[in-house]
Amino acid sequence: MDLKKIGLCWLAALVTIPSQAKDMPLNLSQGVTDISGQVYDLHMTIFYICCIIGFIVFGAMFYSIVRHRKSRGVKPANFHESTKVEILWTAIPFMILIGMAIPATKTLIAMENSDDAELTIQVTGSQWKWHYKYFEHDLEFYSVLATPKKQIENKLAKGENYLLEVDRPLVIPTNTKVRFLMTSDDVIHSWWVPEFAVKKDANPGFINEAWTNVPKPGIYRGQCAELCGKDHGFMPVVVIAKEQAEFDAWLAEQVAKQQAREAEEQRLLAMQLSEQELMDLGKRTYDQFCSACHQPNGQGLPGMFPALAGSEMVTQDRQGHIDIVLHGKAGTAMAGYGKQLSLKELAAVVTYERNAWGNNTGELIQAADVQARKNAAD
Amino acid sequence: MSSVTDQTLDHDSHDHHHAPKGLMRWLLTTNHKDIGTLYLIFAFTMFLVGGAMAMVIRAELFQPGLQLVEPNFFNQMTTVHGLIMVFGAVMPAFTGLANWMIPMMIGAPDMALPRMNNWSFWILPFAFAILLASLFMEGGGPAFGWTFYAPLSTTYSNDSTALFVFAVHIMGISSIMGAINVIVTIVNLRAPGMTWMKLPLFVWTWLITAFLLIAVMPVLAGVVTMVLTDKYFGTSFFDAAGGGDPVMFQHIFWFFGHPEVYIMILPSFGIVSAIIPAFARKPLFGYASMVYATASIAGLSFIVWAHHMFTTGMPLFGELFFMYCTMLIAVPTGVKVFNWVATMWRGAMTFEVPMLFALAFVILFTIGGFSGLMLAITPVDFQYHDTYFVVAHFHYVLVSGAIFSIYAAAYYWLPKWTGYMFDEFLAKAHFWCSLISVNILFFPMHFLGLAGMPRRIPDYALQFADVNQIVSIGGFAFGLSQLIFLAVIVKAARGGEKAEAKPWEGAEGLEWTVPSPAPYHTFETPPVIK
Repeated sequence: MDLKKIGLCWLAALVTIPSQAKDMPLNLSQGVTDISGQVYDLHMTIFYICCIIGFIVFGAMFYSIVRHRKSRGVKPANFHESTKVEILWTAIPFMILIGMAIPATKTLIAMENSDDAELTIQVTGSQWKWHYKYFEHDLEFYSVLATPKKQIENKLAKGENYLLEVDRPLVIPTNTKVRFLMTSDDVIHSWWVPEFAVKKDANPGFINEAWTNVPKPGIYRGQCAELCGKDHGFMPVVVIAKEQAEFDAWLAEQVAKQQAREAEEQRLLAMQLSEQELMDLGKRTYDQFCSACHQPNGQGLPGMFPALAGSEMVTQDRQGHIDIVLHGKAGTAMAGYGKQLSLKELAAVVTYERNAWGNNTGELIQAADVQARKNAAD
Repeated sequence: MSSVTDQTLDHDSHDHHHAPKGLMRWLLTTNHKDIGTLYLIFAFTMFLVGGAMAMVIRAELFQPGLQLVEPNFFNQMTTVHGLIMVFGAVMPAFTGLANWMIPMMIGAPDMALPRMNNWSFWILPFAFAILLASLFMEGGGPAFGWTFYAPLSTTYSNDSTALFVFAVHIMGISSIMGAINVIVTIVNLRAPGMTWMKLPLFVWTWLITAFLLIAVMPVLAGVVTMVLTDKYFGTSFFDAAGGGDPVMFQHIFWFFGHPEVYIMILPSFGIVSAIIPAFARKPLFGYASMVYATASIAGLSFIVWAHHMFTTGMPLFGELFFMYCTMLIAVPTGVKVFNWVATMWRGAMTFEVPMLFALAFVILFTIGGFSGLMLAITPVDFQYHDTYFVVAHFHYVLVSGAIFSIYAAAYYWLPKWTGYMFDEFLAKAHFWCSLISVNILFFPMHFLGLAGMPRRIPDYALQFADVNQIVSIGGFAFGLSQLIFLAVIVKAARGGEKAEAKPWEGAEGLEWTVPSPAPYHTFETPPVIK
């Protein structure tokens, strides 16, 4: 075995690879908020403490390794205890730790104080997307990964914000204390934006609190931090911070849009879409929202997610089918899409599932049918 | 009467001549050395299997994008890799070392409960066969991480969960039986004059480890059973809709899980405390404080579990309590490291392979300890938690910590086991290749974590690409380096330079008073310790 050659290969690997490096920071980010700055300072303090202790301990060790070796002809000493030294090296680390605990406690108390928030946003995780609801305003929406599947499958060149981009980012005002209420619809997720030093678990059935106050407008990116199933790596968080005036304008526009959409939906309830329209919209909706589990070919993943092609529910139980798409199925990974999709999309996706992959029921589901099931549940 | 006893003794001491040969010898053996060998071979086999899964993980992470495996399979790999390395590699390796060495170190003829010893080993292969078989089920094996957080492992898992639960139960039973055996042996079978404060530290640390095992393995059994009933029998321990709480799962799991972490490191402390004095030719510094430090670490391990859960939304008081307790662990752990350095100080050191691994252990375990101290600081933990910083931390303490110490032990006692010296050139190649590659593998993970890469993801943002590539190269190199160890072992088992009873000049302890290889039965008449 040629050790030198192996060493050279490693060296070559180390030298050549970073030369193509994009700029990944090697240290924790200072972030943009007051809290994230404090966290960074704590991080550096404890890091320097470790460095100093390491320097002393490893220094003594290497000195010993170099000087106190048998090949130099030294005679071993025979001491094996010293109460004085032992008390000293128990007491000194203890003191250092107390010194470290004080600033850490201060920061922690500040981080956990979410009083006097001016804006409250409910953050709900679900497999594998985030839902944001502005408590004081009539606005809520889902935020889903926007990176195209083809980039993930290496069929298209990857964009700059690969896996860190969403269709609808969360928007918050700058210089405002924003409180987040975290929860989940299914498994545990964890909402994390490193630049804010906010990471909080979203637990199903419980509500957690976190807050931030962002001084600088900008786009801040993060990811789900708690393993939440198959597509855990594909549910990023994107937050845009805007100046108050700009935020107000954005908010008003979004609220108006949402109301208009709802009104439009009700107005068009009587409208009948053609089979072609339903199937086209249905396929688009299916590919975006359903195919991660049930797979693009409707075959599902055996043992994990049931097949829709040839499924009895899909080919026969029409009401049951609409209900499960609307409300999900308790005790399984199937989530309800009634909140997330429009009536038209819901109708289209049910139509698509009932006619694609050889299901061929020939049935068309219209928005009014979905509305009827929605009403039945209320 | 006395003649009968003599006859029985005489018969016992020769029964290996009449014992079954071949496979039946190994299946039916109650000999602590045979069982130790079985444990060690099993552990290394599992280490290679779990390592192969790590290679799959690193290969997928070599580049951004999905190349080799589906995300669902990736999650199965991370899950089963963790389970196999913890329950299949590190723990059985320590039990194997305990079986081989504890009776010889305390002057006992065998373990106190030899039949149970046989049983505790032989159920293990079935546990892992079940776990591995679950990977071939429809929908795949467990994919919820080795920590199997509910409700991902209950409502949202597939039916391989039942096999997973059963396998974990068997592993737990095996561990408890092993632990009972260690405790009973140490308490009852010490040779006359082998008082508590004369016990070798490996025996002390294992005794404390065994108590930890008995304390927490039932907790693990409890929590997997709750997962099973939540999934199949309609209970709601971890489901808010039925009055349960998913965070309670984490409390119970980590009440097992944190002591478990020390179960995987305390015997290492014992090994290193035997090897460093041997090659520094100087008695261990602060023997008594080593014993007390080990006991304090074990005690503290029961009141720090929630430091794994700072982001779950604990009340402030809870966060402060667990932060302070966790920081406290640095004190006894520091004492140990200082004692090892003080043992080297003004010794007359030589650097045979066991010593090389022990020295690497001290440095790299300490680095893992430093990142542990950083993780203890709750406000900063919010940033580190569930990132590659944590992955770097626990691989430093478990791979370059626990596993390096197991290698140190294997090289230290190999001449005693086989009767031959191992090939020193190959062994040194194994050490240097492992040392360099383990750092290329795990050190850059600190940077990935600090830069914001979450753990347990099959694909990542482009900024992480280059460092991941370096990590993967280190991973492949580390994986290949372990095959050198296989070569060393096979070679040493087949022959080589004959080993003396005490092949290491400075080694101390009863195990070196018996010939190499150690006879099938040792200390049938207890030695007298002055």
